[in-house]
Amino acid sequence: MRLLSDLEVGECGVLVALDLPPGVQNHLMYMGFVPHAQVCALHRAPAGDPTVYSVDGIEIALRRETARAIRVEDLTVEAIFESELAEVI
Amino acid sequence: MGDCCTTPVLTPPPSWRASADSLSTIALIGPPNSGKSTLFNRLTGLRQKVANYPGVTVEQRMGRMAGIDRDDLVLIDLPGIYSLDPFSEDARVSISVLKGQMPGTPKPDAVLLVLDSLHLTRQLMLAAPVLSLGLPTLVILNMTDLMEARGGVVDPLRLAQELGAPVALVSATKGTGLDAIKLFLNRHRGTPQHDELPFMLPVLGNAMSTHLWAAQVSLKTGYRAPLSAENSRKVDAVLLHRVWGPLLFLVVVFGVFEVVFSVGQPLSDGLGDLLAKFGSWGTGYLPDGWIRSLVLDGAWKGVTSVLVFLPQILLLFLFIGVLEDSGYLARAALIADRVMRTIGLNGKAFIPLLSAYACAVPAIMATRTIENKRDRMATILVTPFMTCSARLPVYMLLIAAFIPNTFFVGGLIGLRTIVMLSLYVLGFWAAMTTAWLLKSSILKSNDAPFILELPQYRMPTIRSLGLRLVDRGRVFLKQAGTVILCVTLALWVLAHFPLNKGHAPELAESVIGRLGHFIEPAIAPLGFNWKIGIGLITSVLAREVMVGTMGTLYGADPETQTQTLQTALHHDLPLGGAVALMVFFAFAMQCTSTMAVVRRETNGWKWPAIQFAYMLVLAYSAAFVTNWVVTAIWG
Repeated sequence: MRLLSDLEVGECGVLVALDLPPGVQNHLMYMGFVPHAQVCALHRAPAGDPTVYSVDGIEIALRRETARAIRVEDLTVEAIFESELAEVI
Repeated sequence: MGDCCTTPVLTPPPSWRASADSLSTIALIGPPNSGKSTLFNRLTGLRQKVANYPGVTVEQRMGRMAGIDRDDLVLIDLPGIYSLDPFSEDARVSISVLKGQMPGTPKPDAVLLVLDSLHLTRQLMLAAPVLSLGLPTLVILNMTDLMEARGGVVDPLRLAQELGAPVALVSATKGTGLDAIKLFLNRHRGTPQHDELPFMLPVLGNAMSTHLWAAQVSLKTGYRAPLSAENSRKVDAVLLHRVWGPLLFLVVVFGVFEVVFSVGQPLSDGLGDLLAKFGSWGTGYLPDGWIRSLVLDGAWKGVTSVLVFLPQILLLFLFIGVLEDSGYLARAALIADRVMRTIGLNGKAFIPLLSAYACAVPAIMATRTIENKRDRMATILVTPFMTCSARLPVYMLLIAAFIPNTFFVGGLIGLRTIVMLSLYVLGFWAAMTTAWLLKSSILKSNDAPFILELPQYRMPTIRSLGLRLVDRGRVFLKQAGTVILCVTLALWVLAHFPLNKGHAPELAESVIGRLGHFIEPAIAPLGFNWKIGIGLITSVLAREVMVGTMGTLYGADPETQTQTLQTALHHDLPLGGAVALMVFFAFAMQCTSTMAVVRRETNGWKWPAIQFAYMLVLAYSAAFVTNWVVTAIWG
């Protein structure tokens, strides 16, 4: 288990859970940060923070403090399978 | 996560009615970046009205649907939202409007729901709560041309079946598929059809179940998301680069100003010459005497001295529009986030601050994207410090009159450009410092999370840029034709009364002269004379009124009548006073429109009053120090 903030630029992970206040959490989920979603770190802002993540085809910038409250797991074959299974269900 | 199968059957909400026999109000709703504004412009054309919903900071955009020949219908553009989750003010407003609970806004008879077909699965999450309201709804899949070009697939018939609502494929940028909207509106003469209500909707208010429902619907309808555009990422690899990113950012900002001044100045001069010729040609038909003087020296000179700045102001709005429509402004917010954090704000506050270079009024309206209330308040309070386009005429006039046109570094940098840029930096610095003071005292708050969607880069359309310019040009011309015309006429009258043995008095003996001399002691320490004092009073209405006032006052004075305004000012004002005047304008809040918008956004006179007083004290002190320093060194 890792944190979203740990992803290096170019790395991807599968979202496991969000540990944020309900309002923020819902907002992020409506933007596509749902469990089993594949999230990739794309760019960091020139100052090193915030970071741009791609999720569900769009790009969203989050500060490190927010990304630290989102748990992800490595992009393994099983994780990809589960993520696609979740889509089908 | 199996709760997707427990989705209840929804009955129509009680507010639902089947009475109205004809449509009149249509609501347009969709997530941010779904191309909603482009579609709104398509459907309404030039006939738009922008206002604010009462009591909240959410902008209300309305227009008659002339774009599809339905002038009888009013289209309401609701704010771009991801969900009807009442977390954000935008969503709360959207719900009230859709339910007909917003005072002053009629309940919509039908809904146009715009979804970006490139990201349909996620966008469908908004469809669930909107459809469950039970209003006749047309689901519009936008950007279908792009989706198909990139290999995406969707079955509109299956989707319509799943949603229980008609689906139209549209490209708002190209204007294709609008016939389907027309058809929908013609067919629905306000009689909602029971059997069209969706029958399978998820539990509302739960993001996870809504997501699963959306995923299921998109799967059943054979939706295949198109390949994501790699172009935006490639561009971002450069524009967000550690070194090139900030560098290009600075180049963009400086480039904008350079073009505004170097291209705008000749245009302004040309327009000025043209207007002056037109004025003397027109008044040649008037009898010599006080009528000609009133029309030419009073009204025409005052109004045209402000009108000549139209090219520069339009250029500035054009560039801000290009930056915003292309998607670069969101990147700028991202780059600026680190700096904004040090003063206690986040990158989103940067967008209104940058737009405030054009005008503080739309900028203050743009602060509504900032979720945290205290952050938004701080941004509203500092925005008028940013050098808006109304300060340009004043700066241009004073710089042209007092700053020698010398160049350094082999002709690359002019002294006038340096002075102008310093004034911009001064305003920016005042905004930053004030924000920091506010955020570390009365508006202290916990850091709100910074969540910013980066839209794909898009080519700004001439249509939407044109609409912006027409809109802003209209506001500026209206100002010149009403406020400035009235002020200059009143000034001319006050400058020619009371009559002295049937003749106009010396300017110093006129009503306006006496008033000016009365307030002179208060402004003398700043190096200002009484004419400037009159200008300071009239420019409380709007900054550019200052230039019109100077035009009228020096035009009414026989000693300076034959000189250009620049020469007249140069002989009448010491250098210290001139520089102090620029500094005064950098800080002071001289704009009734801004005060009105701040009052509306903060729901009361308290904040605009504090803001006005603070900015006035700062302007006075800074002008005092400037006059003293400049006089001591160069005086």
